[in-house]
Amino acid sequence: MRHILLIAAAVLATNVYAETPRDFLTRFEKEAGAPASAERGARFFTTKQGGEWSCASCHTEKPTQPGRHARTDKAITPLAPAANAERFTDAAKVDKWFRRNCNDTLNRVCSPQEKADVMAWLLALK
Amino acid sequence: MKLRIALPVLLAALALPALADNYSLPKNAAFEEECTSCHIAYPPQMLDAHSWLHMMNGLATHFGTDASIDDKRRAAIADFLAQNSGGRKTGRTVDARGNPLLRITETARFEKKHRKVDAATWKRASIKSPANCGACHTQAAAGDYSERSITIPK
Repeated sequence: MRHILLIAAAVLATNVYAETPRDFLTRFEKEAGAPASAERGARFFTTKQGGEWSCASCHTEKPTQPGRHARTDKAITPLAPAANAERFTDAAKVDKWFRRNCNDTLNRVCSPQEKADVMAWLLALK
Repeated sequence: MKLRIALPVLLAALALPALADNYSLPKNAAFEEECTSCHIAYPPQMLDAHSWLHMMNGLATHFGTDASIDDKRRAAIADFLAQNSGGRKTGRTVDARGNPLLRITETARFEKKHRKVDAATWKRASIKSPANCGACHTQAAAGDYSERSITIPK
C-alpha cells in the first residue's frame, strides 16, 4: 500500500513539475481547437508581428542556436528543445515568457493557435 | 601638529577600500533567476531604495519591455533590493526635480566615473549601450567593477 502511494505521489509530482515540450503542443492545440502548423509557426516566429522585434530578433531564425537579447546583448540559450533539454519543461516559466514576449513583439497576448504553431515548429527543429 | 596632518591621511587610507569599485553581490535566488534572464545582475548598491521601489512597481513597462513577474516574487525581490540598496557610495539617486532615477547610467556616480568615455565609444557595436556593463567591465557579472578588470573593446 505504501509503495503504491509513493508511486502515485511520484507520478503526480511528475505531472505537476516536469512537463515535456510535447505536453505544451497538446495543450495549446486543445485550447485552439485546431491542429498546429509548423510552417505557420516558422513564419510567425521569424517575421515582425506589429512590434519592433520578432521572436527571431533575440532567439535567431535558427533557435537551435544560442541567441542574444536585442537590447542588452545578453546571451540566450537555444530555445528549440532538440538543442536545450531545459526548455518547455515548466508551465509557470512557459506561461510567463509567452505572456511577456508576446506583449513585446505583438503588443498583445498570443492566441492558443499561434502558440501551438510555434511549438510545432520548435519541436520539428533538429 | 604632526598629528593634525597624519590623522586625515590615516582616515583617507582607511576610506580607500570603500571607494574601490567592488560590489559584493548578496545571494538571492529569486533576484538571480528573474533579473539576470535578460541582463547582468546590476548591483543593488547602484541605486537607492526609492529608485528600486519604483523599478519594481513598473515591471510591465521595464525600459520598453514587459518584465512582469508574479506578485509574490516581485515583493520578495523588492525587499531584497531595498535591503541592499544605495549607501554612502551612491547617495540619493534622484533627478534634478527629486524624482527617483531608474537608469543607473543617469546617476551622478555613473556620470562622474564615465566622464572620459566619449559618445563614439558608447556606440561601438561591441558595446551597444552604456547599460551593457559587461562589454568593458569584464567581471561585471560578479560585481567587480574595479579599474584592473576593465578592457574597452574595439
